[in-house]
Amino acid sequence: MWAAILVTAAGCYLLKLAGLSVPRSVLGRPAVRRIADLLPVALLAALVGTQTFGSGEGLQVDARVVGLAAGVAALLLRASFIVVVGVAAVAAAGARLLAG
Amino acid sequence: MGEVQRAIVRDALAVGVATGAYGISFGAIAVASGLTVLQCCALSLLVFTGASQFAFVGVVAAGGTPLSGAATALLLGSRNTLYGLRLASLLGLGGARRGAAAQLVIDESTAMAMNRDNRADARLGFFSTGLAVFALWNLATLGGALAGRALGDPRDFGLDAAVASAFVALLWPRLTDARSRATALAAGVLAVALVPMVPAGLPVLAGALVAVLAGVRGRR
Repeated sequence: MWAAILVTAAGCYLLKLAGLSVPRSVLGRPAVRRIADLLPVALLAALVGTQTFGSGEGLQVDARVVGLAAGVAALLLRASFIVVVGVAAVAAAGARLLAG
Repeated sequence: MGEVQRAIVRDALAVGVATGAYGISFGAIAVASGLTVLQCCALSLLVFTGASQFAFVGVVAAGGTPLSGAATALLLGSRNTLYGLRLASLLGLGGARRGAAAQLVIDESTAMAMNRDNRADARLGFFSTGLAVFALWNLATLGGALAGRALGDPRDFGLDAAVASAFVALLWPRLTDARSRATALAAGVLAVALVPMVPAGLPVLAGALVAVLAGVRGRR
């Protein structure tokens, strides 16, 4: 765990430094910029999927979907980040209580 | 310090408070995912990038190895490199100051450095925001982690759903055009489909392949 944390820390720092240091021409190519713009989109979407439906080695539909739906509703209503997360947590916890 | 500069610093503090606040949710979620208070504070101090930190914790919580969490976090960290590209000419920093500034490169500090009339104001926006967020994000992480420690089973509090929603909240502002939305949909569906088939941590990394394919194909 610590090794992974330190690798992440070092890598993220170097990524930040690289942008400040490397000439535009190298990292400025259109395809590279498009990929870099789409990477967070794809990864975050993948994380939404795995966090909501993943369970160990398989998939499971449970109270997390309720939480997610509530969170999306909050986003559509332009709620702030912390409200979205809080609403999702409360909705999922509530669904679990009701389900027994 | 003139009126413009005071306004920059005021905005920076406001951004710091708002961004720092959601550090509380990171701290609570990280601890609920099995990290120690020290580990989650280390992430906020050293990695200092919200999406990467949530991703690391999310992958680990879902059963992935810490190293696949690291890989996902690093891939998400690549957008800070793009920010650095834009900041390089705006800030004009060299040597040790560039090294220090690098740690503070995040969405908010970059945004606050842009659209300024001169280099001094750009630097002021960048550093005041970066330092404000850094201080408050880390304090909030500690607070959230300690509070999270005091809770019982995280699922009773819906914290697993909270993590998923944190990712949606981070994703939402990026779904600005058709290609982004299509990429998100494809990556999400692919990742879920792969969960029963490959080891934990890999389904999310497969999402990165979707981004590469989508980026390479488009010309517009």
